[in-house]
Amino acid sequence: MHASTSIQTAETQDLVALATPHIQIKDLNVTIEGKRILKNINLSIPNNSVTSIIGPSGCGKTTLLKTLNRLVDDTKGVEISGSVLVNGEDIYAKDAEVTHIRKKMGLLSQKPFPLPMSIFENVAYGPRIHGERNKKLLKQIVETQLRNVGLWEEVKERLDASATRLSIGQQQRLCLARGLAVQPEIILGDESTSALDPISTQTIENLLIELKKDYTIVLVTHILRQARRVSDYILFVYNGEVVEFGKTEDVLLNPQNEITQQYVKGFIS
Amino acid sequence: MNWRLIKDKLAERSFALLLLSSVVVIFLILIGLTMKSVPLLRAESLLTVLTDSVWSPLKGNFGFLPFIMGTIWVTMISLIIAVPLCVLASVYLVEYASEALRKMVLPLMNVLAAIPPVLYGVWGVLFVVPILSDYIAPLLGVNTTGYTVFAGGIVLAVMIFPIMISIMVEVLQTIPQELKAASLSLGATKWETITKVILVKAKPGILAAIVLGVSRAFGETVAVLMVCGNIPQLPSSLFDAGYPLPALIANNFGEMMSIPLYDSALMFAALLLFVLIFGFNLLSRIILNRLEEKAQ
Repeated sequence: MHASTSIQTAETQDLVALATPHIQIKDLNVTIEGKRILKNINLSIPNNSVTSIIGPSGCGKTTLLKTLNRLVDDTKGVEISGSVLVNGEDIYAKDAEVTHIRKKMGLLSQKPFPLPMSIFENVAYGPRIHGERNKKLLKQIVETQLRNVGLWEEVKERLDASATRLSIGQQQRLCLARGLAVQPEIILGDESTSALDPISTQTIENLLIELKKDYTIVLVTHILRQARRVSDYILFVYNGEVVEFGKTEDVLLNPQNEITQQYVKGFIS
Repeated sequence: MNWRLIKDKLAERSFALLLLSSVVVIFLILIGLTMKSVPLLRAESLLTVLTDSVWSPLKGNFGFLPFIMGTIWVTMISLIIAVPLCVLASVYLVEYASEALRKMVLPLMNVLAAIPPVLYGVWGVLFVVPILSDYIAPLLGVNTTGYTVFAGGIVLAVMIFPIMISIMVEVLQTIPQELKAASLSLGATKWETITKVILVKAKPGILAAIVLGVSRAFGETVAVLMVCGNIPQLPSSLFDAGYPLPALIANNFGEMMSIPLYDSALMFAALLLFVLIFGFNLLSRIILNRLEEKAQ
């Protein structure tokens, strides 16, 4: 129960924030083809903040992220037990509807994967499948979200061009806009800058910091400096277990657990 | 010079020569067929030969329109049946089916592809033709022997299943998991993801599979001639007999020397088939290139 001990060391105002956690994970176990990937995860992720999941590769951090929007369901041979509560609702409950859950969470993957359609249609795709038919409104949504990610000025003349014609950094911002267009509450980032150049990386990082006033953001990253730059909370996962969870400065500068210490100092990676 | 280097050069040259010879063969066929067709084209203009619908070699009438239309009818029917089935089947195999089923079905497809056409023909005569004449045609109030372009289309459709399904499955398997995840994570259902993202992304590949299917359908001879009636007329419904080009050549090859200009006419039929297939492949290559460019 490292999670709860480190929460207790957090300041009072954070305790207030954590009193209404956006995502609560209870006794989560994930097994993929007989191999235990996540073990007894218990965790509360606070709202309107950036939480970074760090840990060595293969420790289960991406799987943890994917359990949050149930994309892990599509993995072959996966077994999941425990519960994940979003706003107090268990997304693994039997009557939970998966499309409804996923709509609440925007996903920003490692590499941008624009849908095979125009720039405009990429952003309009989400609202459209959720039933928005009003063309004027769709235009408005597209413009708002493209402005949100700072892409509008760059693409407003060529909204009908194929999204694959954009640079990779622009594509990643487009993917963020596409995710925001379905009005999620949570943004999930899976090493979202690992394919980007430093300038695009900075743009995305700044966007995420800006977006946290409206969204709860959970990022998987293997770059400690990035975790430090953007996150309010850090979750250190090792070997499928939560080793330490707390405020960014606490975990990075004053880790309680020995494995965390070794990781943040670079002895294990 | 070092023997090893000489061998290397020799290998390069001889490979180039071998490649050249296989390309030359195509041109030799084209030239040979054209030369043999010249007598017919001297007697009648190309336009009349292509647009005339009367075929009676004994009277010297060589109208190829019935055969061209026969080929088009049979091919179109087979595509109308095969394309939707193959697309849906391969989507099911890639997106829904279990690994075990996929591993079982795909080798089965290769077996289907290896069955000789004459067996498909026999199957057509024993099953498809009677079912058409005894059950389906009466249902629609039509009187027919069952030896129709419809029967030809059905048999052809089954014959092009394997090649189309295996290519489509391969194309669908190249669609990145992350692209599907991108659509799913926006709250799209699997069906929406398939129709709006996966099939759109796979369109060039699916078209390529169809092109290969069509090329196979154009040239298929034995199975089709066994079931489609072989009457040189312009088919006007599914239940009319037809006479595709390859069947014309195969059926009459033995007697082509007995009637004046007949041999030339059959060679012209071969040339026509050659040009049709060549042109079709060329056209589809151009379309595919366009699509791929657009997708990039």
